[in-house]
Parts: sequence; structure tokens; C-alpha cells
Amino acid sequence: MAKVIVVTSGKGGVGKTTTSAALATGLAQRGHKTVIIDFDVGLRNVDLIMGCERRVVYDFINVINGDAKLSQALIKDKRVETLFILATSQTRDKDALTQDGVQRVIDELKTQFDYIVCDSPAGIERGAFLAMYFADEAVVVANPEVSSVRDADRMIGLVTSKSARAERGEPLPQHLLLTRYDADRVEKGEMLRLEDVQEILAVPLLGVVPECPSVLQASNVGMPVILDEKSPAAKVYADAVSRLLGEKIEITVPKPTKRGLFDRLLRRSA
Amino acid sequence: MTQRPAAAPDAASAPFQIRGTSFTLLALKIVDPRDQTFFVKLQETLSLAPGFYSKAPIILDLSLLTAVAPVDMAGFCAALRDLGLVPVGIQGATAAWEEESTRAGLAVFPAGRAAEAQSVRGRAKPLPSPKARLVTDPVRSGQQVYAADGDLIVTAAVSRGAELLAEGNIHVYGPLRGRAVAGLGGDRSVRIFCRHLDADLVSIGGFYMVSEQMDPTLIGKPVQIRLVEDRLVFDPL
Repeated sequence: MAKVIVVTSGKGGVGKTTTSAALATGLAQRGHKTVIIDFDVGLRNVDLIMGCERRVVYDFINVINGDAKLSQALIKDKRVETLFILATSQTRDKDALTQDGVQRVIDELKTQFDYIVCDSPAGIERGAFLAMYFADEAVVVANPEVSSVRDADRMIGLVTSKSARAERGEPLPQHLLLTRYDADRVEKGEMLRLEDVQEILAVPLLGVVPECPSVLQASNVGMPVILDEKSPAAKVYADAVSRLLGEKIEITVPKPTKRGLFDRLLRRSA
Repeated sequence: MTQRPAAAPDAASAPFQIRGTSFTLLALKIVDPRDQTFFVKLQETLSLAPGFYSKAPIILDLSLLTAVAPVDMAGFCAALRDLGLVPVGIQGATAAWEEESTRAGLAVFPAGRAAEAQSVRGRAKPLPSPKARLVTDPVRSGQQVYAADGDLIVTAAVSRGAELLAEGNIHVYGPLRGRAVAGLGGDRSVRIFCRHLDADLVSIGGFYMVSEQMDPTLIGKPVQIRLVEDRLVFDPL
């Protein structure tokens, strides 16, 4: 039975696309046939992060409009056998998404895939709405920062009340993924603590991704960060994938760096 | 010379006080007081729980003896006292029995009535539910919950940017971080109750207060909010 997972946040720039790419790749690595759909029409990013932007011929909008077949638009990932990408159009805008059209594409994908990961655009308008409307499960991405948490809360409320599952009265599990968590800044009180965020959002935690240059680096070279074995974020995303698959794994929370006297002296002189 | 007014005796100095009170008493339902084995059989029963019956005040239920002429109640009571019981009165007796019992120093109690059994299933309709709206899921930013007919009860958290509206009272058992507007239609007698006050705004009957104006020492505390002479009053709970 295919499962539709939406990765959403409300606020922009918190790491939705990075997360979508990492989770979709992780699910595919475990042997599940997975597709990632870019709902951010007009600002396509997924293909960049997945490193396949030069291979996009037909896109999601072409399929919705009937200009291309789904099989023509699906791009097969070169690293992970069971991973596919459905890129979006850069020349159109969100109005090109219709509820019927999206439903048709998702229904067709459901016959071929185990997991359908929908990368939501920021905001709560049409694109974000349609990205979450057909979801069976939601991953809400937030940074430990007040406006991001507020927007995530808003998004959780929308998913809880406006999705197709909510309309049918069926449960829709939601998970919180905290990204760009800088333990040093949290300790200094410059960022919200994990407990504060959890208290406000009150949904189960999927993971805490540390702030880490390797994430940006991976994006720049078009590689999902989960494939970078040296990145601490990769481990967190791998654990998050396990939790999505129902495994019980303890959450690792990034710890503040401990600096010895010698280290501090070196830094000072540097 | 001082004179104590007779109409208002000083309660503290009065030699007695009369108060209404009620007790649960044992009743001894008498079937045949002339039975030769009456006291033997009674003693057998009492001996099963001697502590319980010892010096127990008891009422004699004579309702089964309407067609029987009275026995010597003074002697009957004396025999009961020998068994450790303390007869204090009778109930359900005919006039002849009452007269004989009064002479023996017993009080006459009104006849006890058994409550009539009623079938629950027979009742036609369930009672109408009270017109309160109950919300058990968190109320998130941007969500609005309105109790159009009365009270609003929220058992979960109310996030910042969420809005609770009620014609009646508002009760919040999770943290209240959003807005709570009670008495939306102008009812000024309603109140807001919360276990953890951290509201953006509270309002009763059109009078509102934003968080900046609230007493910071009450933040995070259980509080009830009411309207007194056009002012919102916060009472710690």
C-alpha cells in the first residue's frame, strides 16, 4: 500500500527540500520504491538538490496538463536504484496545480511506488495546500526559532483540519523534524530549546538535525545529504527514516561543543 | 439593673440546644410476637454478630400485625433489653398497638416507605446535553474555535495566534497561549478559567486586556478571570 508523505513547514528556508531529498533517498536506500515530487512550481529546487536538473525534460505540470505521460516525466536517480524524481516547472506558477490534476498523478504514482514524498513550497497557499491535501503522513520541519515554530504550528493545524484524511475523519500521523539546531546557541539562549519547541508543537519528534556546513555543501553539489557518510546530519536523517518505517530508535540531540582550555587558547590566538 | 431580653436567649448560656439530626436505625420486623420460640430464635440471630447488635437502638416494625391484638409491650421490650437491644420506638402499627407501645415508653415513628423501583430503560429520552463545546485536540495558530451556544472547554494546549470564542465561559486545561474571548455576545457575568495563563489577549463581555498589561507574576499560573465594574480581575486559583 503506497504511502504519501508530505514534508512541509509554513515558513521558507527551514530545510524542507533538503529534508524531502534526504528522507526520500533514505527510504529508497532501504529498498522501497520512492518518488519525490516538487510542489514548488515556479521555484523548482528538488532537481537541483537531487543533482538532476539537466535531465528534466517533462515535469509535474506537463503531466497534470496531459502534455506528457508520467513515465516520460519521472527521472531515475543515478545513485539509488529505487529512487525517482518528479520535477516541477520553472516557467509556470502555482495556479497550474489543480486538485483533480494532482489527485490523478498521485493515484497513478500509488500504483507504482511504495512511498511518495511531496516537497511542499513555503506558505499556506495553493501549492502548500495541495502538497499536504493527499498526504497519509506529514513531516513538519522547523528551526528552533520563534517564527518558524509559529508557522509550523499553523501548518500542523491546517494538516489536522484541512487534509483529505481529516475530511474523512481518518488519523494523519504528524512528525516534527527540527533542523539547523545549533546546540551552542541554544545553550546561550539565542535559540529555542528542544523542549520548548516540543511543548508548543506537541507532535512526536522525528529527529534533530544539527546546524552543519555539510548540509549546504551537499546541496551545492546536488547530493542528498543522507549520502554523505561523514556528515552528522546523514546519521540523523537515517534514524528519521528508520522511525518513519516504524522502528523504535532513541533520539540523539546535538550536544554543545566542549572546548578545553588549550583549545580555547589556540582559538584565541588564531 | 440589667435585664436579659427573654426573646433572645444567649445561645452560649442556654442549658440546652435543639438541633435536627438523623440516624440510621435497625428495624426489627415482627411477624408473630406470641411465638414461643421468638426470643430463642432472635438470640440465635443476634449471636452471629454480637458486637454489631450490642446496645443497638432498634425500631419495632409492627406493620405485619394489623389483625393481631397487642401484647404486653413493657414485658416484650424488657425481654429485648435482656438480649442487649435497646428498643426506642415503633412504626407501621395500628392505633391499639400504638397506644400499648406509648404506654411502654416507646416513640411512634412514621411508617417507613420503600422507594419505588423505576426502570431506567423505560425512560423515554436521554436528558438534553448541556450546551457546552468540548475540544480535546490542540488549538493551533490560526485556528478559531467558537462555542455559539455556551461554554467552551479545551482540554489541550491553545497555541499563540489561536483564538477561542464563546458566548459563555471558557475553560482551558492545557496552556493558554492564544486569545480567549468569553461573553462574545456581551454577557459580562462569564469568566475565563485556565490552568496555565500565557494568553496573547483575554476578553470578557467586550472588555479586553493584552498580555503586556497582565501581571507578570501570574504568567504560567492557574488563574480565573472575571469582569468587575468594567475591569478585568485576575484571581489566582
